[in-house]
Amino acid sequence: MVKKILSVALCVAVLVFIYAPILLLVVYSFTDANVIGRWEGFSFDLYAQLFRSEEIMRILLNTVVLALVAATLSTVLGTAGAICIFYSKKKIAAPIKGISQVPVINAEIVTAISLALLFSMVALYRTYFSLIVGHMVLCTPFVVLSVMPKLKQMDPNVYEAALDLGASPTTALFKVVIPQIFSGVLSGFMLSITLSLDDYIVTAFTKPKTFDTISTYVYNAVKNGTNSSTPALRALSALIFVVMIAAVLIVNLRARKKKEGAK
Amino acid sequence: MMKLHFSRKQLCIPYALFLLLFVVVPMLMILFYAFTGEKADGSLSFTFANFAEFFTSKAKLSTLLMSFTIAIISTAICLVIAYPLAYVLARSRWKKKYVLLMIFIMPMWINFVLRITALRELLDLIGLLGTENYLNTIIGMVYDFLPFMILPLYTTLEKLDTSYLEAAADLGGNKFTVFTRVTFPLSMPGVISGITMVFMPSMTNYVVSDTLSNFNITILGKLIDEYFTTYDNWHMGSMISIILLVIIFLTLLATGGFKEDKNNARGANLW
Repeated sequence: MVKKILSVALCVAVLVFIYAPILLLVVYSFTDANVIGRWEGFSFDLYAQLFRSEEIMRILLNTVVLALVAATLSTVLGTAGAICIFYSKKKIAAPIKGISQVPVINAEIVTAISLALLFSMVALYRTYFSLIVGHMVLCTPFVVLSVMPKLKQMDPNVYEAALDLGASPTTALFKVVIPQIFSGVLSGFMLSITLSLDDYIVTAFTKPKTFDTISTYVYNAVKNGTNSSTPALRALSALIFVVMIAAVLIVNLRARKKKEGAK
Repeated sequence: MMKLHFSRKQLCIPYALFLLLFVVVPMLMILFYAFTGEKADGSLSFTFANFAEFFTSKAKLSTLLMSFTIAIISTAICLVIAYPLAYVLARSRWKKKYVLLMIFIMPMWINFVLRITALRELLDLIGLLGTENYLNTIIGMVYDFLPFMILPLYTTLEKLDTSYLEAAADLGGNKFTVFTRVTFPLSMPGVISGITMVFMPSMTNYVVSDTLSNFNITILGKLIDEYFTTYDNWHMGSMISIILLVIIFLTLLATGGFKEDKNNARGANLW
């Protein structure tokens, strides 16, 4: 009994710790106060300000487009990379697999400055190119990690069978291999989106000077103490928190249900 | 019409090229910059000066030590909170316990800058912001990285074969002995995975320390950033990165992190 009470108490305490800041922001996004802690009556003013702010809307769009582009490119490249690692001789596969782990283990700041050094040498520093490559370096290894287990689960004979039945290697790849590993490819894509949306450090070191994502914009707002933009950002954060929590719960619970239904 | 044929092995070319250009070459450039310096006439020459300067500068060494301490404390707190929590969740007999897990690791999906800014507002409200910089930074690191400790621990504890625990109990082990001699050693892969995922970011993620200490605390990652963006000394910045890489390498070596199941890497199975 005591054990049970302790367990529940622990769970509740951690939940409060995790969700208190989020809840605070959501609650205070419905009042027009400049600072949190002063309630100025219920209103949707901050949301109105948010959607009227062309600057914030542009940054939101930047962030989403960047994530989509980086995730798409990373998914294609990472899937190719995973297939390559899986089917190549160890002599070729091992170094590719090893180097692929470097951005995963490495500190993000080190990845960021290493790209800054490279791109400044070839005069591509702080361009859209360096930004997208930066995000791809972050995301692609995780696509490889998502796709690899699906390749291992695949029956190796189906590819050979397709070839024996007259399919070209290209056809066999797209009609046989890719459909079998598709769930891994999809989760690699979703993971890439998450990583790209979450990133600050690599973005800060590779982005064009006038380009901002939500992360860099919010960090700079804190840095410069520009409180004038903060109340509307509160509404933005609250909106993102709620949308993300709902999306993650729905996607994961549905995926789980499907898996259990298949059993 | 000519048809483009590519076999599975040719798929190696784009990824290998990508890794070479954007991972290997940039890392070599850090190494190059770390051991070179600019002479008066602007030309580069090989030097150990950056290395020597780092290890003779009191300010830099104290930054390293302080950053190391913050990371150790944050990692320890994460472990102390996450282990019992993961244990409770994994051992729960509730059929839908994965829903519970989801709720605890939810922050992994939400932009960390926004979460840390939200925490900043809370710390401001309770009067800690601006007064307790170190405490706030540690709270922030724990807040940001706790899910990355919970997930690998839960995964190992959930998979743990309970018959070992029953056997140990049958053989006369009391609850404490069963835990220290059987459960904990069997969960080591999760512990190691969690530690490697919390320790390194806690030394380098300067968004957390900047936001919660009002830019008063400089952790090692911030020092690298400053040498690049503020002091414009890329050679020293690269040298500090090399030192950081050595620390990461030694941590992995010490914890056996190289052998860990890589599928645990930063929520590789998040979706």
